[in-house]
Amino acid sequence: MSEKHEKLINKKGIRLDGRKADELRPLKLEVGVIPSADGSAYIEHGKNKILVGVFGPREVHPKHLSRPDRMVLKCRYHMAPFSVQERKSPAPSRREIELSKVIRESLEPALFLELYPRTGVDVFVEVLQADGGTRCASITAAALALADSGLPMRDLVVACAAGKVEDSIVLDLYDAEDKLGDADVPVAYMPNLNAVTLLQMDGILSPEEFEKAVNMAMDGCKQIYPLQKEALKTKYLKVKEETKDEEIEE
Amino acid sequence: MEEEKQTMPTYFEAKQLVTPGELLAEGEYHAGENTYVETGKIFASRIGLVDLDNKKVNVVALRAFYMPKVGDVIIGSVKEVGFNGWTIDIKAPYDALLRASDVLSRPFKPQNDELCQVLDQGDLIVAKIASYDRAHDPQLTVGEPGLGKITRGQLMQVTPTKIPRVIGRKGSMISMIKQETNCQIILGVNGLILVTGKDQENEDLAMKAIRKIEEESHTTGLTDRITQLLKEEKAKREEQKQ
Repeated sequence: MSEKHEKLINKKGIRLDGRKADELRPLKLEVGVIPSADGSAYIEHGKNKILVGVFGPREVHPKHLSRPDRMVLKCRYHMAPFSVQERKSPAPSRREIELSKVIRESLEPALFLELYPRTGVDVFVEVLQADGGTRCASITAAALALADSGLPMRDLVVACAAGKVEDSIVLDLYDAEDKLGDADVPVAYMPNLNAVTLLQMDGILSPEEFEKAVNMAMDGCKQIYPLQKEALKTKYLKVKEETKDEEIEE
Repeated sequence: MEEEKQTMPTYFEAKQLVTPGELLAEGEYHAGENTYVETGKIFASRIGLVDLDNKKVNVVALRAFYMPKVGDVIIGSVKEVGFNGWTIDIKAPYDALLRASDVLSRPFKPQNDELCQVLDQGDLIVAKIASYDRAHDPQLTVGEPGLGKITRGQLMQVTPTKIPRVIGRKGSMISMIKQETNCQIILGVNGLILVTGKDQENEDLAMKAIRKIEEESHTTGLTDRITQLLKEEKAKREEQKQ
Protein backbone atom coordinates (compact mmCIF):
# COMPACT_ATOMS: atom_id res chain seq x y z
CA MET A 1 0.00 0.00 0.00
CA SER A 2 2.71 2.49 0.97
CA GLU A 3 4.62 1.62 -2.20
CA LYS A 4 1.62 2.44 -4.34
CA HIS A 5 1.26 5.69 -2.45
CA GLU A 6 4.70 6.86 -3.44
CA LYS A 7 3.95 6.21 -7.06
CA LEU A 8 0.81 8.38 -7.34
CA ILE A 9 2.87 11.50 -8.00
CA ASN A 10 6.49 11.25 -9.15
CA LYS A 11 9.39 13.57 -8.28
CA LYS A 12 8.67 15.88 -11.21
CA GLY A 13 5.12 16.38 -9.95
CA ILE A 14 3.61 14.26 -12.71
CA ARG A 15 0.68 12.05 -11.72
CA LEU A 16 0.21 8.37 -12.52
CA ASP A 17 -1.87 9.10 -15.62
CA GLY A 18 0.67 11.64 -16.87
CA ARG A 19 -1.11 14.82 -15.79
CA LYS A 20 0.28 17.82 -13.95
CA ALA A 21 -1.25 18.81 -10.59
CA ASP A 22 -3.62 21.39 -12.09
CA GLU A 23 -4.48 19.57 -15.29
CA LEU A 24 -7.94 18.25 -16.23
CA ARG A 25 -8.60 14.94 -17.89
CA PRO A 26 -9.56 15.09 -21.59
CA LEU A 27 -13.18 16.10 -21.97
CA LYS A 28 -15.76 15.40 -24.67
CA LEU A 29 -19.31 16.74 -24.55
CA GLU A 30 -22.24 16.13 -26.87
CA VAL A 31 -25.80 17.47 -26.77
CA GLY A 32 -29.00 15.98 -28.15
CA VAL A 33 -27.93 12.35 -28.27
CA ILE A 34 -31.33 10.86 -27.34
CA PRO A 35 -34.00 11.99 -29.86
CA SER A 36 -36.91 10.60 -27.84
CA ALA A 37 -35.99 12.61 -24.74
CA ASP A 38 -36.86 16.30 -24.40
CA GLY A 39 -33.23 17.05 -23.71
CA SER A 40 -30.08 14.94 -23.51
CA ALA A 41 -26.33 15.08 -23.21
CA TYR A 42 -23.35 12.76 -23.18
CA ILE A 43 -20.05 13.35 -21.45
CA GLU A 44 -16.70 11.62 -21.60
CA HIS A 45 -14.53 12.90 -18.79
CA GLY A 46 -11.31 10.91 -18.82
CA LYS A 47 -12.56 7.34 -18.60
CA ASN A 48 -15.98 8.38 -17.28
CA LYS A 49 -18.79 7.88 -19.76
CA ILE A 50 -22.15 9.28 -18.72
CA LEU A 51 -25.46 9.65 -20.53
CA VAL A 52 -28.15 12.06 -19.30
CA GLY A 53 -31.77 12.27 -20.44
CA VAL A 54 -34.28 14.95 -19.40
CA PHE A 55 -38.07 14.66 -19.63
CA GLY A 56 -40.54 17.42 -18.92
CA PRO A 57 -41.85 19.67 -17.56
CA ARG A 58 -44.80 17.32 -17.35
CA GLU A 59 -47.45 16.17 -14.90
CA VAL A 60 -46.03 14.53 -11.82
CA HIS A 61 -46.81 10.93 -11.00
CA PRO A 62 -47.74 9.99 -8.32
CA LYS A 63 -49.75 13.18 -8.02
CA HIS A 64 -49.13 13.82 -4.31
CA LEU A 65 -45.47 14.59 -5.08
CA SER A 66 -46.40 17.69 -7.06
CA ARG A 67 -46.13 21.09 -5.35
CA PRO A 68 -48.78 23.79 -5.83
CA ASP A 69 -46.20 26.58 -5.84
CA ARG A 70 -43.34 25.16 -7.86
CA MET A 71 -41.98 22.55 -10.20
CA VAL A 72 -40.32 19.48 -8.73
CA LEU A 73 -37.00 18.26 -10.05
CA LYS A 74 -36.55 14.51 -9.86
CA CYS A 75 -33.12 13.09 -10.35
CA ARG A 76 -31.97 9.53 -10.72
CA TYR A 77 -28.27 8.77 -10.71
CA HIS A 78 -27.61 5.18 -11.68
CA MET A 79 -24.50 3.18 -12.40
CA ALA A 80 -24.73 0.46 -15.00
CA PRO A 81 -23.74 -3.00 -13.71
CA PHE A 82 -20.83 -2.97 -16.19
CA SER A 83 -19.61 0.52 -15.28
CA VAL A 84 -17.02 -0.72 -12.79
CA GLN A 85 -14.57 -3.64 -12.59
CA GLU A 86 -16.59 -5.65 -10.09
CA ARG A 87 -20.23 -6.02 -11.22
CA LYS A 88 -22.37 -3.41 -9.51
CA SER A 89 -25.83 -4.52 -8.50
CA PRO A 90 -28.36 -2.62 -10.60
CA ALA A 91 -30.49 -1.88 -7.53
CA PRO A 92 -30.03 1.68 -6.24
CA SER A 93 -27.37 1.67 -3.55
CA ARG A 94 -27.02 4.04 -0.60
CA ARG A 95 -24.37 5.96 -2.51
CA GLU A 96 -26.52 6.32 -5.63
CA ILE A 97 -29.46 7.64 -3.63
CA GLU A 98 -27.21 10.21 -2.03
CA LEU A 99 -25.69 11.25 -5.35
CA SER A 100 -29.17 11.61 -6.86
CA LYS A 101 -30.02 14.05 -4.09
CA VAL A 102 -26.73 15.90 -4.37
CA ILE A 103 -27.04 16.28 -8.15
CA ARG A 104 -30.64 17.44 -7.83
CA GLU A 105 -29.73 20.06 -5.24
CA SER A 106 -26.83 21.36 -7.29
CA LEU A 107 -29.08 21.84 -10.34
CA GLU A 108 -32.11 23.35 -8.61
CA PRO A 109 -30.61 26.84 -8.07
CA ALA A 110 -30.09 27.12 -11.84
CA LEU A 111 -33.76 26.58 -12.64
CA PHE A 112 -36.80 28.84 -12.32
CA LEU A 113 -38.82 26.29 -10.36
CA GLU A 114 -41.53 28.79 -9.44
CA LEU A 115 -42.49 29.36 -13.09
CA TYR A 116 -44.05 25.95 -13.61
CA PRO A 117 -46.10 24.98 -10.56
CA ARG A 118 -47.58 21.48 -10.27
CA THR A 119 -45.21 20.04 -12.86
CA GLY A 120 -42.12 17.89 -12.66
CA VAL A 121 -38.92 17.37 -14.59
CA ASP A 122 -37.10 14.06 -14.61
CA VAL A 123 -33.35 13.88 -14.98
CA PHE A 124 -31.95 10.43 -15.64
CA VAL A 125 -28.21 10.06 -15.20
CA GLU A 126 -26.81 6.77 -16.43
CA VAL A 127 -23.15 6.07 -15.72
CA LEU A 128 -21.86 3.71 -18.42
CA GLN A 129 -18.27 3.70 -17.26
CA ALA A 130 -16.93 5.14 -14.02
CA ASP A 131 -13.43 6.28 -13.15
CA GLY A 132 -13.74 8.73 -10.28
CA GLY A 133 -15.46 12.10 -10.27
CA THR A 134 -18.74 10.84 -11.75
CA ARG A 135 -20.87 13.18 -9.67
CA CYS A 136 -19.12 16.18 -11.16
CA ALA A 137 -19.28 14.87 -14.70
CA SER A 138 -22.96 14.03 -14.15
CA ILE A 139 -23.78 17.58 -13.04
CA THR A 140 -21.97 19.09 -16.02
CA ALA A 141 -23.85 16.82 -18.42
CA ALA A 142 -27.20 17.17 -16.65
CA ALA A 143 -27.03 20.98 -16.88
CA LEU A 144 -26.46 20.65 -20.61
CA ALA A 145 -29.36 18.25 -21.00
CA LEU A 146 -31.65 20.63 -19.09
CA ALA A 147 -30.64 23.55 -21.33
CA ASP A 148 -31.24 21.34 -24.37
CA SER A 149 -34.75 20.50 -23.16
CA GLY A 150 -35.72 24.17 -23.52
CA LEU A 151 -36.16 24.80 -19.80
CA PRO A 152 -35.19 28.36 -18.86
CA MET A 153 -32.05 28.46 -16.72
CA ARG A 154 -30.19 31.09 -14.73
CA ASP A 155 -26.88 29.62 -15.82
CA LEU A 156 -25.29 26.36 -16.78
CA VAL A 157 -23.88 24.42 -13.84
CA VAL A 158 -20.33 23.15 -14.12
CA ALA A 159 -18.73 20.80 -11.66
CA CYS A 160 -15.19 19.72 -11.00
CA ALA A 161 -13.29 18.18 -8.08
CA ALA A 162 -9.96 18.84 -6.45
CA GLY A 163 -8.29 16.87 -3.70
CA LYS A 164 -5.21 16.00 -1.76
CA VAL A 165 -2.93 13.27 -2.96
CA GLU A 166 0.39 12.62 -1.24
CA ASP A 167 0.53 16.02 0.45
CA SER A 168 -0.17 18.05 -2.67
CA ILE A 169 -3.43 19.53 -3.88
CA VAL A 170 -4.41 18.24 -7.32
CA LEU A 171 -7.26 18.87 -9.75
CA ASP A 172 -9.81 16.38 -11.07
CA LEU A 173 -9.01 13.16 -9.20
CA TYR A 174 -9.48 9.87 -10.98
CA ASP A 175 -10.39 6.55 -9.38
CA ALA A 176 -6.98 5.52 -7.97
CA GLU A 177 -6.25 8.98 -6.56
CA ASP A 178 -9.71 9.15 -5.07
CA LYS A 179 -9.28 5.82 -3.28
CA LEU A 180 -5.65 6.19 -2.17
CA GLY A 181 -5.57 9.95 -1.72
CA ASP A 182 -6.31 11.87 1.46
CA ALA A 183 -9.21 14.09 0.46
CA ASP A 184 -11.66 14.90 -2.32
CA VAL A 185 -13.53 18.20 -2.72
CA PRO A 186 -16.21 18.26 -5.44
CA VAL A 187 -17.49 21.72 -6.35
CA ALA A 188 -20.40 22.66 -8.62
CA TYR A 189 -20.45 26.22 -9.80
CA MET A 190 -22.44 28.69 -11.91
CA PRO A 191 -19.69 30.76 -13.57
CA ASN A 192 -21.74 33.77 -14.74
CA LEU A 193 -23.42 34.27 -11.40
CA ASN A 194 -20.27 33.30 -9.48
CA ALA A 195 -22.34 31.01 -7.25
CA VAL A 196 -21.39 27.65 -5.79
CA THR A 197 -24.23 25.12 -5.79
CA LEU A 198 -22.39 22.08 -4.44
CA LEU A 199 -19.51 21.83 -2.04
CA GLN A 200 -18.58 18.56 -0.41
CA MET A 201 -15.49 17.22 1.26
CA ASP A 202 -14.42 13.67 1.87
CA GLY A 203 -11.22 13.28 3.92
CA ILE A 204 -9.10 15.57 6.02
CA LEU A 205 -7.70 18.92 4.95
CA SER A 206 -6.25 21.88 6.84
CA PRO A 207 -8.11 25.19 6.34
CA GLU A 208 -5.35 26.40 4.01
CA GLU A 209 -5.45 23.22 1.98
CA PHE A 210 -9.23 23.37 1.81
CA GLU A 211 -9.16 26.89 0.44
CA LYS A 212 -6.55 25.94 -2.11
CA ALA A 213 -8.60 22.90 -3.18
CA VAL A 214 -11.82 24.90 -3.55
CA ASN A 215 -10.09 27.56 -5.64
CA MET A 216 -8.45 24.93 -7.79
CA ALA A 217 -11.76 23.15 -8.35
CA MET A 218 -13.43 26.44 -9.29
CA ASP A 219 -10.64 27.14 -11.76
CA GLY A 220 -11.28 23.69 -13.18
CA CYS A 221 -14.96 24.57 -13.55
CA LYS A 222 -14.02 27.74 -15.42
CA GLN A 223 -11.97 25.63 -17.81
CA ILE A 224 -14.86 23.23 -18.46
CA TYR A 225 -17.49 25.98 -18.90
CA PRO A 226 -16.39 27.11 -22.40
CA LEU A 227 -16.43 23.49 -23.56
CA GLN A 228 -19.93 23.11 -22.15
CA LYS A 229 -21.18 26.22 -23.95
CA GLU A 230 -19.51 25.10 -27.13
CA ALA A 231 -21.21 21.70 -26.98
CA LEU A 232 -24.63 23.32 -26.59
CA LYS A 233 -24.02 25.75 -29.44
CA THR A 234 -22.68 23.05 -31.75
CA LYS A 235 -26.04 21.27 -31.92
CA TYR A 236 -27.81 24.43 -33.04
CA LEU A 237 -24.99 25.74 -35.23
CA LYS A 238 -25.30 22.59 -37.31
CA VAL A 239 -28.76 23.73 -38.36
CA LYS A 240 -27.38 27.12 -39.26
CA GLU A 241 -24.55 25.77 -41.38
CA GLU A 242 -26.78 23.36 -43.26
CA THR A 243 -29.04 26.18 -44.35
CA LYS A 244 -26.02 28.21 -45.43
CA ASP A 245 -24.88 25.35 -47.67
CA GLU A 246 -28.30 25.14 -49.26
CA GLU A 247 -28.24 28.81 -50.04
CA ILE A 248 -24.98 28.43 -51.91
CA GLU A 249 -26.37 25.53 -53.90
CA GLU A 250 -29.31 27.61 -54.96
CA MET B 1 -23.98 58.53 -28.97
CA GLU B 2 -20.72 57.19 -27.61
CA GLU B 3 -21.48 58.44 -24.17
CA GLU B 4 -24.74 56.60 -24.23
CA LYS B 5 -22.93 53.43 -25.12
CA GLN B 6 -20.60 53.79 -22.20
CA THR B 7 -23.35 54.12 -19.65
CA MET B 8 -25.55 51.45 -21.18
CA PRO B 9 -23.41 48.65 -22.49
CA THR B 10 -24.68 45.59 -24.32
CA TYR B 11 -22.56 42.50 -24.64
CA PHE B 12 -23.81 40.94 -27.83
CA GLU B 13 -23.99 41.36 -31.57
CA ALA B 14 -27.34 41.19 -33.34
CA LYS B 15 -28.52 37.62 -34.01
CA GLN B 16 -25.73 36.15 -31.91
CA LEU B 17 -26.24 32.64 -30.57
CA VAL B 18 -26.31 32.74 -26.77
CA THR B 19 -26.52 30.09 -24.05
CA PRO B 20 -28.37 30.28 -20.71
CA GLY B 21 -26.57 32.52 -18.25
CA GLU B 22 -24.83 34.69 -20.81
CA LEU B 23 -24.68 38.37 -19.82
CA LEU B 24 -26.58 40.41 -22.41
CA ALA B 25 -26.90 43.98 -21.19
CA GLU B 26 -26.58 46.38 -18.30
CA GLY B 27 -28.34 49.61 -17.52
CA GLU B 28 -31.57 50.99 -18.94
CA TYR B 29 -32.61 48.03 -21.01
CA HIS B 30 -35.74 45.97 -20.57
CA ALA B 31 -35.62 42.23 -20.19
CA GLY B 32 -37.68 40.70 -23.00
CA GLU B 33 -38.49 37.13 -23.83
CA ASN B 34 -36.26 34.36 -22.52
CA THR B 35 -34.16 36.67 -20.39
CA TYR B 36 -34.06 37.53 -16.72
CA VAL B 37 -32.69 40.30 -14.52
CA GLU B 38 -30.34 39.82 -11.61
CA THR B 39 -28.73 42.76 -9.80
CA GLY B 40 -29.60 45.11 -12.65
CA LYS B 41 -28.03 42.96 -15.33
CA ILE B 42 -29.87 41.11 -18.07
CA PHE B 43 -28.97 37.48 -18.73
CA ALA B 44 -30.22 34.95 -21.26
CA SER B 45 -32.26 32.07 -19.86
CA ARG B 46 -32.53 29.90 -22.99
CA ILE B 47 -30.37 28.98 -25.94
CA GLY B 48 -31.31 31.26 -28.81
CA LEU B 49 -30.56 34.28 -30.93
CA VAL B 50 -30.44 37.74 -29.29
CA ASP B 51 -32.18 40.74 -30.70
CA LEU B 52 -32.44 44.32 -29.51
CA ASP B 53 -35.86 45.80 -30.14
CA ASN B 54 -36.02 49.42 -28.98
CA LYS B 55 -34.22 48.96 -25.65
CA LYS B 56 -35.86 45.59 -25.13
CA VAL B 57 -33.50 42.65 -25.16
CA ASN B 58 -35.14 39.53 -26.58
CA VAL B 59 -33.81 36.02 -27.05
CA VAL B 60 -35.56 34.08 -29.81
CA ALA B 61 -35.38 30.61 -28.30
CA LEU B 62 -34.23 27.73 -30.47
CA ARG B 63 -35.66 25.25 -28.04
CA ALA B 64 -38.72 25.77 -25.85
CA PHE B 65 -42.05 24.15 -25.01
CA TYR B 66 -45.58 25.48 -25.24
CA MET B 67 -47.09 27.28 -22.25
CA PRO B 68 -50.89 27.71 -22.35
CA LYS B 69 -52.32 31.20 -22.75
CA VAL B 70 -55.99 32.16 -22.68
CA GLY B 71 -57.31 32.66 -26.22
CA ASP B 72 -54.72 30.48 -27.97
CA VAL B 73 -56.01 28.15 -30.65
CA ILE B 74 -54.32 24.79 -30.21
CA ILE B 75 -54.48 21.27 -31.58
CA GLY B 76 -54.66 18.43 -29.07
CA SER B 77 -55.41 14.75 -28.84
CA VAL B 78 -57.81 13.04 -26.47
CA LYS B 79 -55.79 11.36 -23.76
CA GLU B 80 -58.57 10.08 -21.56
CA VAL B 81 -62.37 9.93 -21.61
CA GLY B 82 -63.69 10.87 -18.18
CA PHE B 83 -67.09 10.98 -16.51
CA ASN B 84 -68.11 14.44 -17.61
CA GLY B 85 -65.38 15.45 -20.01
CA TRP B 86 -62.10 14.64 -21.65
CA THR B 87 -58.44 15.04 -20.76
CA ILE B 88 -56.60 16.50 -23.74
CA ASP B 89 -52.88 16.29 -24.43
CA ILE B 90 -51.86 19.72 -25.74
CA LYS B 91 -48.07 19.19 -25.76
CA ALA B 92 -47.65 21.48 -22.75
CA PRO B 93 -46.54 20.87 -19.15
CA TYR B 94 -50.22 20.64 -18.22
CA ASP B 95 -53.03 18.46 -19.56
CA ALA B 96 -56.10 20.37 -20.65
CA LEU B 97 -59.71 19.65 -19.75
CA LEU B 98 -62.65 19.74 -22.14
CA ARG B 99 -66.08 19.55 -20.55
CA ALA B 100 -68.84 17.48 -22.09
CA SER B 101 -71.42 20.25 -21.80
CA ASP B 102 -69.17 22.47 -23.89
CA VAL B 103 -69.07 20.00 -26.77
CA LEU B 104 -72.71 18.90 -26.65
CA SER B 105 -74.01 22.50 -26.37
CA ARG B 106 -76.86 21.20 -24.23
CA PRO B 107 -77.05 19.99 -20.64
CA PHE B 108 -75.03 16.82 -20.25
CA LYS B 109 -76.71 13.79 -18.72
CA PRO B 110 -74.46 10.84 -17.97
CA GLN B 111 -77.31 8.36 -18.42
CA ASN B 112 -78.17 9.52 -21.95
CA ASP B 113 -74.84 10.38 -23.51
CA GLU B 114 -71.96 8.06 -24.19
CA LEU B 115 -68.91 10.32 -24.20
CA CYS B 116 -66.65 8.06 -26.22
CA GLN B 117 -69.12 8.22 -29.10
CA VAL B 118 -68.56 11.95 -29.31
CA LEU B 119 -64.80 11.97 -28.86
CA ASP B 120 -62.73 8.86 -28.28
CA GLN B 121 -59.19 8.33 -27.11
CA GLY B 122 -56.74 9.44 -29.79
CA ASP B 123 -59.17 11.75 -31.57
CA LEU B 124 -57.71 15.10 -32.57
CA ILE B 125 -59.42 18.40 -31.90
CA VAL B 126 -58.89 22.05 -32.65
CA ALA B 127 -59.77 24.03 -29.54
CA LYS B 128 -59.32 27.36 -27.86
CA ILE B 129 -57.98 27.83 -24.35
CA ALA B 130 -60.88 29.24 -22.35
CA SER B 131 -59.21 29.62 -18.98
CA TYR B 132 -55.87 28.94 -17.40
CA ASP B 133 -53.87 30.15 -14.42
CA ARG B 134 -51.09 28.93 -12.17
CA ALA B 135 -53.44 27.04 -9.90
CA HIS B 136 -55.69 25.36 -12.47
CA ASP B 137 -55.17 23.20 -15.52
CA PRO B 138 -56.12 24.85 -18.80
CA GLN B 139 -59.75 24.50 -19.81
CA LEU B 140 -60.68 24.20 -23.48
CA THR B 141 -63.68 25.21 -25.52
CA VAL B 142 -64.82 24.15 -28.98
CA GLY B 143 -67.87 26.40 -29.08
CA GLU B 144 -66.68 28.69 -31.84
CA PRO B 145 -66.65 28.36 -35.63
CA GLY B 146 -63.63 26.49 -36.95
CA LEU B 147 -63.10 24.58 -33.73
CA GLY B 148 -63.94 20.95 -33.02
CA LYS B 149 -63.03 17.44 -34.05
CA ILE B 150 -60.55 16.95 -36.89
CA THR B 151 -61.87 14.51 -39.47
CA ARG B 152 -59.36 14.78 -42.29
CA GLY B 153 -55.97 16.16 -43.20
CA GLN B 154 -52.40 15.60 -42.13
CA LEU B 155 -50.81 16.58 -38.85
CA MET B 156 -47.26 17.78 -38.33
CA GLN B 157 -45.31 19.09 -35.39
CA VAL B 158 -42.82 21.95 -35.23
CA THR B 159 -41.07 23.66 -32.31
CA PRO B 160 -43.70 26.03 -30.82
CA THR B 161 -41.28 28.98 -31.04
CA LYS B 162 -41.25 28.62 -34.83
CA ILE B 163 -45.00 29.17 -35.25
CA PRO B 164 -44.67 32.99 -35.64
CA ARG B 165 -42.25 32.39 -38.50
CA VAL B 166 -44.71 30.05 -40.21
CA ILE B 167 -47.34 32.78 -39.94
CA GLY B 168 -44.97 35.44 -41.24
CA ARG B 169 -45.29 39.19 -41.03
CA LYS B 170 -49.01 39.98 -40.85
CA GLY B 171 -49.74 36.44 -42.00
CA SER B 172 -47.88 36.86 -45.29
CA MET B 173 -46.12 33.50 -45.18
CA ILE B 174 -49.08 31.34 -44.29
CA SER B 175 -51.50 33.01 -46.72
CA MET B 176 -48.95 32.58 -49.48
CA ILE B 177 -48.62 28.85 -48.77
CA LYS B 178 -52.37 28.46 -48.58
CA GLN B 179 -52.77 30.18 -51.91
CA GLU B 180 -50.00 28.31 -53.69
CA THR B 181 -51.01 24.84 -52.49
CA ASN B 182 -54.78 25.28 -52.27
CA CYS B 183 -54.65 23.81 -48.78
CA GLN B 184 -56.42 24.76 -45.63
CA ILE B 185 -53.88 25.11 -42.83
CA ILE B 186 -54.70 25.34 -39.15
CA LEU B 187 -51.80 26.40 -36.93
CA GLY B 188 -51.94 25.29 -33.34
CA VAL B 189 -49.91 27.70 -31.21
CA ASN B 190 -48.64 24.62 -29.36
CA GLY B 191 -46.61 23.57 -32.41
CA LEU B 192 -49.08 21.21 -34.08
CA ILE B 193 -50.16 22.07 -37.62
CA LEU B 194 -53.07 20.58 -39.54
CA VAL B 195 -52.87 20.62 -43.31
CA THR B 196 -56.02 19.77 -45.29
CA GLY B 197 -55.99 19.83 -49.06
CA LYS B 198 -57.91 18.42 -52.01
CA ASP B 199 -55.34 15.68 -52.53
CA GLN B 200 -52.26 14.33 -50.83
CA GLU B 201 -49.91 15.96 -53.32
CA ASN B 202 -50.88 19.43 -52.27
CA GLU B 203 -50.76 18.53 -48.60
CA ASP B 204 -47.25 17.10 -48.99
CA LEU B 205 -46.14 20.25 -50.76
CA ALA B 206 -47.47 22.50 -48.02
CA MET B 207 -45.83 20.32 -45.37
CA LYS B 208 -42.53 20.42 -47.22
CA ALA B 209 -42.68 24.21 -47.25
CA ILE B 210 -43.44 24.36 -43.52
CA ARG B 211 -40.55 21.98 -42.76
CA LYS B 212 -38.25 24.28 -44.69
CA ILE B 213 -39.47 27.26 -42.70
CA GLU B 214 -38.78 25.42 -39.46
CA GLU B 215 -35.24 24.57 -40.51
CA GLU B 216 -34.37 28.02 -41.83
CA SER B 217 -36.48 30.14 -39.52
CA HIS B 218 -33.59 32.44 -38.59
CA THR B 219 -32.56 33.39 -42.13
CA THR B 220 -33.73 36.48 -44.01
CA GLY B 221 -35.72 36.58 -47.23
CA LEU B 222 -37.44 33.36 -46.32
CA THR B 223 -40.84 34.18 -47.83
CA ASP B 224 -39.27 34.69 -51.25
CA ARG B 225 -37.38 31.43 -51.06
CA ILE B 226 -40.46 29.51 -49.98
CA THR B 227 -42.44 31.03 -52.88
CA GLN B 228 -39.69 29.94 -55.22
CA LEU B 229 -39.64 26.44 -53.74
CA LEU B 230 -43.38 26.03 -54.17
CA LYS B 231 -43.31 27.31 -57.75
CA GLU B 232 -40.43 25.01 -58.68
CA GLU B 233 -42.13 21.99 -57.15
CA LYS B 234 -45.36 22.76 -58.95
CA ALA B 235 -43.54 23.15 -62.26
CA LYS B 236 -41.85 19.79 -61.70
CA ARG B 237 -45.19 18.18 -61.13
CA GLU B 238 -46.66 19.67 -64.29
CA GLU B 239 -43.78 18.23 -66.26
CA GLN B 240 -44.29 14.80 -64.79
CA LYS B 241 -47.96 14.84 -65.67
CA GLN B 242 -47.22 15.65 -69.28
